[in-house]
Amino acid sequence: MSDLNHENNSTTGDTSSGPDSDDSRKVFQPLTRRSFIKAGTLGAFFAGGSGLAMLPLHRFKSDTSFSEYFQQQYERLTPEKMERVLTRIEKSVKDSYGVDATVKDPKPLPGVQYAYALNIGRCVGCRRCVHACVEENNQSRDPEIQYIRVLDMPKGTLDVERSGHYYEPEKVPQEGKYYMPVQCQQCENPACVKACPVRATWKDKDGIVVIDYNWCIGCRYCEAACPYWARRFNFATPRIPKDKINKDMAYLGNRIRPRGTMEKCTFCLGRVRKGLLPKCVEACPTGARQFGNLLDPKSVIRHILREKRVYVLKEEVGTRPKFYYWFDK
Amino acid sequence: MEELRNSVARKEVIAEELTKYGLFLYRALRLSFIGDKAFYTWMVILTVISMFGLRAYCNQLVGGLATTGMTDQVSWGIYIANFTFLVGMAAAAVMLVIPAYVYKDEEMHNIVIFGELLAVSVMIMCLLFVNVDLGRPGRFWHLTPVIGLFNFPVSMLSWDVVVLMGYLLINAHVCGYLLYMKYLGRKPNKWLYMPFVFLSIVWAISIHTVTAFLYVGLAGRPFWNAAIVAPRFIGSAFTAGPALMIIAFQIIRKVSGYHIGDRAFHLLRQIVTISLLISLFLFGCEVFKEFYSQSLHGSSARYLFFGLHGHNALVPWIWSAIIMELAATVILLRPMEKGKAGFGWLNLACILAVVGIWIEKGPGLIIPGFLPTPLGEIVEYVPSFNEVLVCIGIWAFGTLMFSWMLRLAIPILSGKFHKLEGE
Repeated sequence: MSDLNHENNSTTGDTSSGPDSDDSRKVFQPLTRRSFIKAGTLGAFFAGGSGLAMLPLHRFKSDTSFSEYFQQQYERLTPEKMERVLTRIEKSVKDSYGVDATVKDPKPLPGVQYAYALNIGRCVGCRRCVHACVEENNQSRDPEIQYIRVLDMPKGTLDVERSGHYYEPEKVPQEGKYYMPVQCQQCENPACVKACPVRATWKDKDGIVVIDYNWCIGCRYCEAACPYWARRFNFATPRIPKDKINKDMAYLGNRIRPRGTMEKCTFCLGRVRKGLLPKCVEACPTGARQFGNLLDPKSVIRHILREKRVYVLKEEVGTRPKFYYWFDK
Repeated sequence: MEELRNSVARKEVIAEELTKYGLFLYRALRLSFIGDKAFYTWMVILTVISMFGLRAYCNQLVGGLATTGMTDQVSWGIYIANFTFLVGMAAAAVMLVIPAYVYKDEEMHNIVIFGELLAVSVMIMCLLFVNVDLGRPGRFWHLTPVIGLFNFPVSMLSWDVVVLMGYLLINAHVCGYLLYMKYLGRKPNKWLYMPFVFLSIVWAISIHTVTAFLYVGLAGRPFWNAAIVAPRFIGSAFTAGPALMIIAFQIIRKVSGYHIGDRAFHLLRQIVTISLLISLFLFGCEVFKEFYSQSLHGSSARYLFFGLHGHNALVPWIWSAIIMELAATVILLRPMEKGKAGFGWLNLACILAVVGIWIEKGPGLIIPGFLPTPLGEIVEYVPSFNEVLVCIGIWAFGTLMFSWMLRLAIPILSGKFHKLEGE
């Protein structure tokens, strides 16, 4: 592109520093009235131009306060600072959405490693999990962001390229199909965490991969790194009808995200750290979705790992998911 | 007493040096605005285009990245494509630095500074392209060590920030120091620039290798997760970079009358030819690997070259790129004609090579890396008008920066702009 422009210029002939005209000596002469007029003209041209160029900014609505802009990364916040941050977020939710929300920062429970198991033979592809997830986690509705993608797969293949993402038949399940839901696999060795240049995302003590939405710069390198296409980016400011907002919010979980940041499934950490099940598990009508603590030998997860035929997705990429697919013997 | 006198004398020397430098900056500022009509037209046009780009960027700030064509499926687009291509252009300055400083080639010594200035302007463009791609550009400070939280050395992106900033500073220092010494009429102190010159040689290779590793490091993207990406980057960079320089230096020679011998162009031509051949060989290796085994990992390549499941947005682009590069190879392998015709063909080959490589390692590398997605979906990416405007604005701004640097460098190097006698 630029070389072509250069070409055009070459036809315009000699310029100032050409062999015959040596006006670089002019810099040693005192400034004249003419120089000031010239400087004024150029200054006016430049100021006017930049003014016009930056005109769109009058529509810019900042959702960021001074203290939010300089807020430190999550792991560096003292409990007192965190308290102030949570209050500030509650206030900003009130200001922007007119809703009285409570924002908490639930910590990982000791002695817990969460894991998920999905019975691939039981899933009927009804997508109730998808919609329950959106309602729980305050995702933008327009455009709608979903954490769970259910693939409708023709029998006889594991090739996702042959799957359907936007199937809408009258009735599910359909003959000749099976259904494979995919969401964040909460990897033991998460590629997204390695990718992040600012440590805005990390694996918490209970194994959940979380994001500090305030610290994320929006480079989307994690989104490129994820082998499961589990991460979503807020290209626009999230839009949620007031009556659809879940007022029970968690800082690293389902609070409403700012524009320009990443988000993803957190196993509903605001719920599971209180001892509840993730919303998708609750919503599943067939019992295909199971959830529990890997460190508890009596948990349903350990039972499945012990007794069922279990596999993980894309084992070859070395991410070691804690999201297991299984089928009955 | 002695000590005190020394320190006073030292302070005086420092004050004197600072005054000289201040005066230099003042004169350089004035010189930047001195020129004939052609110079003014050129600079005003570039400024106006840059401002259109700025306006488009302001639109993006207001509307968010939703104003671009990017999606969750193809989450990097033409910004990162341009960035990747330009890192190569900057790295290519080393193709002048090696002959000029290591082999002490006189002809190259005359132009090496132009190559380094080109690297500086291109680096500025790279940083702009990264910045416009951020969802929250204001949080760029999170990348600063200590006050931010820099995920070094784990994240390849943090490596990239280090090497890019380092390369910018090294080149700015070498050019700035040499030009200032020439202005003062002093002999430059070898120890103050030669170590940086050698550092810049290693560093140039590293910026492009690290940029390749950004992609290579992602196990979930088979199209990028291939050892050949870094060598291909280097090969194509040393083709496109010197090819652009051949064109730029002819323009400099014509417009400013600054002496650049034909031998410099012949040397650059050889570099372009050899690099292009290596590039094509590596390209062939990759094509073989992607297609012969017919594995599912070749889906991205099939999408790029032939289209997949009815989606084929990139197919005409990549075939144009291949044809352009092959045509450039044929032209360059013929012996060069004498005189004007020779340069005409050379310029044609260079333009074909630059455009071909821009397609191949810009959009042709970034977009297929995302498609099909890890879940097998194909969503075509088309940059929005606003996004394209931002890109054009950055290109114009980079060209403006380079033109401005040349406005100062050429009179200094040709001995027309120097300090006054007795200063």
